[in-house]
Amino acid sequence: MSFTDILLLMFGAILVENFIFAKFYGCCPFLGVSDKPDTALGMGMAVTFVMTLSGAATWAVYHFLLEPFGLEYLKTVAFILVIAALVQFIEMFLRKFIPALYASLGIYLPLITTNCAVLSAALLAIQNEYSFIAAVSFGFASALGFTLAIVVFAGVRGKMEFSEPPRAFQGFPITLIAAGLLAMAFAGFAGIKL
Amino acid sequence: MKKLLRQLKEGILDNNPTLVQLLGMCPTLATTTSVKNAVGMGLAATAVLIFSNLFVSLLRKFIPKQVRIAAYIVIISGFVTMVELLMKAFLFSLYESLGIFIPLIVVNCIILARAEAFASKNKPLPSAIDGLAMGLGFTFALLLVATVREIIGNGSFLGVSLFGDGYAPALLLVMPAGAFLTLGFVIAAVQKIRNVKEDQARVEKLSVVEAKEAKKEETV
Repeated sequence: MSFTDILLLMFGAILVENFIFAKFYGCCPFLGVSDKPDTALGMGMAVTFVMTLSGAATWAVYHFLLEPFGLEYLKTVAFILVIAALVQFIEMFLRKFIPALYASLGIYLPLITTNCAVLSAALLAIQNEYSFIAAVSFGFASALGFTLAIVVFAGVRGKMEFSEPPRAFQGFPITLIAAGLLAMAFAGFAGIKL
Repeated sequence: MKKLLRQLKEGILDNNPTLVQLLGMCPTLATTTSVKNAVGMGLAATAVLIFSNLFVSLLRKFIPKQVRIAAYIVIISGFVTMVELLMKAFLFSLYESLGIFIPLIVVNCIILARAEAFASKNKPLPSAIDGLAMGLGFTFALLLVATVREIIGNGSFLGVSLFGDGYAPALLLVMPAGAFLTLGFVIAAVQKIRNVKEDQARVEKLSVVEAKEAKKEETV
């Protein structure tokens, strides 16, 4: 895989196949933690951190541990354990050595274990038979796409606080409809062939 | 028996995991392009929910508190792998069309939420029934969204064309944006029903209070 291929792969993962608006991976934190731009950015950064590292870790586990022993069917179990352990490890590491970063990302880390974006990036990298470099870049770029989506959406939700929708639409429904409108905008990227 | 029915009603209507508790959004948005996919997804998740709740409940006295979430995830992912392999063997076309969303049942928040909130505190039988009730509630919600999306977005129901060739389907609804919009309107409808019920209850309460006051005045 050449450098151009990696760049195209990353571009595709960020915009064309955006994890939220085209694929629906990671919608729970997207809808849950997007009420303020600051928290959205914090969540996005934590996810980016974890997804890049887990992309590397799960690739290694699959190719060096599961494949040689013919245990490919256990990949879901193995990956979720790797991700859970990795998140725990990152949390301990940050708390001990980089307290400033821990202060800003710490509260989001436990939520990431059950963020389906992380697991799906790992599974997709295996399914598409990416090389190590491609798998890591794919994880990183998908997470950037996630961060872009959640930060943009937090801005939209900030504006929505000043509007008054009908009572039945207040809260979650109007949030979903705003997400739908944003998804329409992102559908514009779907025409780009890479 | 009465208790069982109450638990089922709780899961499907009053406390529906998707429409009321707002959990498990990813599969609700992603697999509702057709009714067949939605029901397949719902039933697969139901099977996992029943067995994970049952085993979490059976093991609730042996799992140390500190590592319980990790233990639940291992139990859940074991059953998800079983469901995945069974679907690959017996329902291959459904397995193909659901794709990566079958292994992603592991991170469906409904399952972990029920393990933590219900199965870890209750006996095995009620836990299994709770899994069934919540699973059916999830399936019901998926079915509702998928029905709207497939009929309007594709002009068909369960793959059977409804309006003939002259119908131009509103493709938007089977596109990703349509998933958000449809779910938004479905949940708004649910909130409307709940609002009306709440208002009625309040009016009834008020009228009872008024009647009491009127009686008091009469006696005075």
